[in-house]
Amino acid sequence: MTTLASSRRGAPSPDGLPSVGRRLRLDRRYLPVVGTLVVFALLLVVGGARYDNFLSVGVIANLFINNAFLIVLAVGMTFVILTGGIDLSVGSVLALSGVTAAYLLRAGVPAGVVIPLVVLVGSLIGLLVGAMVHVFEVQPFIATLAAMFFARGLCFLIAPESIPIDDETFVALASWDTWAGGQWRLTSSVMIALAVVAVAFYLLHYTQFGRTVYAIGGGEQSARLMGLPVARTKVLVYVISGTCAGLGGLLFAMFSRSGYSLTGVGMELDAIAAVVIGGTLLTGGTGFVLGSVLGVLVLGLIQTIVTFEGTLSSWWTKIVIGALLLVFVVLQRLLALRRS
Amino acid sequence: MPTSPTPAAAGHAHGESGGLGAVARHHLFWPVLALVALLAVNTAVRPGFLSVSILDDHLFGSPIDILRNCAPLMLVALGMSLVIATRGIDLSVGAVVAISGAVALTFIAGAPDPASPTTVFLAIGMALVLGLVLGVWNGFLVSVLGIQPIIATLILMTAGRGVAMLITEGQITTVTSAPFKTLGAGYWLGLPVATLVAFGVFGLVALLVRRTALGMLVESVGINPSASRLAGVRARTIVWTVFALSGLFSGLAGLILSSNVMAADANNAGLFIELDAILAVVIGGTSLAGGKFSLSGTFVGVLIIATLSLTVTNVGISPLVTPLFKALVVAAVTLLQSPVMRRKLAERTRRRGRTAPVVPSDKPADVSTDKVVA
Repeated sequence: MTTLASSRRGAPSPDGLPSVGRRLRLDRRYLPVVGTLVVFALLLVVGGARYDNFLSVGVIANLFINNAFLIVLAVGMTFVILTGGIDLSVGSVLALSGVTAAYLLRAGVPAGVVIPLVVLVGSLIGLLVGAMVHVFEVQPFIATLAAMFFARGLCFLIAPESIPIDDETFVALASWDTWAGGQWRLTSSVMIALAVVAVAFYLLHYTQFGRTVYAIGGGEQSARLMGLPVARTKVLVYVISGTCAGLGGLLFAMFSRSGYSLTGVGMELDAIAAVVIGGTLLTGGTGFVLGSVLGVLVLGLIQTIVTFEGTLSSWWTKIVIGALLLVFVVLQRLLALRRS
Repeated sequence: MPTSPTPAAAGHAHGESGGLGAVARHHLFWPVLALVALLAVNTAVRPGFLSVSILDDHLFGSPIDILRNCAPLMLVALGMSLVIATRGIDLSVGAVVAISGAVALTFIAGAPDPASPTTVFLAIGMALVLGLVLGVWNGFLVSVLGIQPIIATLILMTAGRGVAMLITEGQITTVTSAPFKTLGAGYWLGLPVATLVAFGVFGLVALLVRRTALGMLVESVGINPSASRLAGVRARTIVWTVFALSGLFSGLAGLILSSNVMAADANNAGLFIELDAILAVVIGGTSLAGGKFSLSGTFVGVLIIATLSLTVTNVGISPLVTPLFKALVVAAVTLLQSPVMRRKLAERTRRRGRTAPVVPSDKPADVSTDKVVA
């Protein structure tokens, strides 16, 4: 690859080409996200053409309702992947947070205490992972793998069985909803998820912290030489991802009205897939949080189409997601090649 | 001792001091110690743990159970070690395990005579070829298209279970076929066939890798793919080969797993086996950064994990809590292996041993250089 790149760079380019290239290069950052948008639109068109009632506000609104927790997970994952790391623990942390919430609520602890507490559980695990990654220079992959096992084991230690949630405050919060424009149903989970997206968007694009996240992904050594707070930021992205996973667990508990140790098995893969399909490069440095949201919606839409089809079995969802992942990864690779 | 040894040189540098220190610094010292400690805990809880008796013409006892249960993981971890040595990772092994079992059992179930050896051989052949093909596919994505291993294999990991479901049509396929059952649950010369197969393959590969230059070439690709290519090593072929082998071994592991229970469960066969395999490889001292691998370490690592699972049930804890113990093992091992701890340990030994050579560098080893070379 190196020789290829250097020979290309060295080759004199014909007149006119650079300006076109520069214009393309300006667009390039948005290209993957545009691709995701095209896929999303295509899915909508295909679904709309094949099934009646598919192109309705209800279907889109449900897309958000059913995937609120995944949106939150994907947002947290975006931060980590932007720095060039990966977080495998989110599925387990989601389960841990849900189980803890259900267990504490059953024990009679008021919802006002439980809700912030379980989110903090996620933050705490994120902090541990961040410390392992930063202080001990353990690879993110293996540190979050440990956290994944750890959280899953804790779940079973707390309660191997499914715990129903019937705390009044919690149920009231979970079943709260409003109708935007009379037709668009927004539940409390969706509001929370959208708020998380907004905060993440602000953090990434309007703060020094966000710039540092991108800088670390672009080149950690360079970021350090530029005097950016690399250490703090690297720990913080895992804390953010953990917090998001904790919050995701809460949303999932609200969604399912229960806490169960086996929830979220393999959910980290869904989150990673959503982020990748949303156009974030796994090498870090490039990507958008809104792209990840779009990625989650694409995954949700595939699920919806498979459900609408009726005759298709659920395993087709996995195959289609895998194929889509492949297409996006190959496209990313081609883009990266063209850049060099 | 130099502060920044290359991974390959580290072992030699340690070996120079000699005596008891050399034993303690041997790369297998901590893994073996952990295994012995686990066995000791088991013996303390159940004094007859280590006893092996002969029952129904074959050996019987907890150690034999460990050897039999670890067979699939042994095969998967073997492939994983080689992949990790080239600085890759293979997340799809669990899916390949599921697909291979699904293909074999669906073929046997659909055959006119499930018990005939021909059917079984055909089924095994098909599953192995399919495993190899899936491995080649992963290798293609990584070595030709240049996609990161973690994401390239993530694709098959996600889609693979769907494919396995497609093959079994969402059912848990069960068959009765005596010859096929031999692979996972049979005995030969008093030992489980699964163990013999797994250990045989392991030994063969270990011999091939360490008695030829192949192992060194694999390590050179892991240390620096571009440099090894410039030095005339066929980096692409080597990466491709290790992924193909990983697929093949996972296919074999899938056959053993499905033959042991005589059922193909697309959802749960080999679930999390990729994580166990990575864990075993890491415990064995293979660096996830590539360029240094130890098959003997992986061997001990697999035994540790198999023993750990048995220990948890033996001590009377719910097997569901096993992940917690695995997490503690991973954390302990990775922290001990982490560059920071190594530096601290190295400083301590330096302060104690005055005969040690003076360290030329005034700043600690820069570990991040490994990552820069991409």
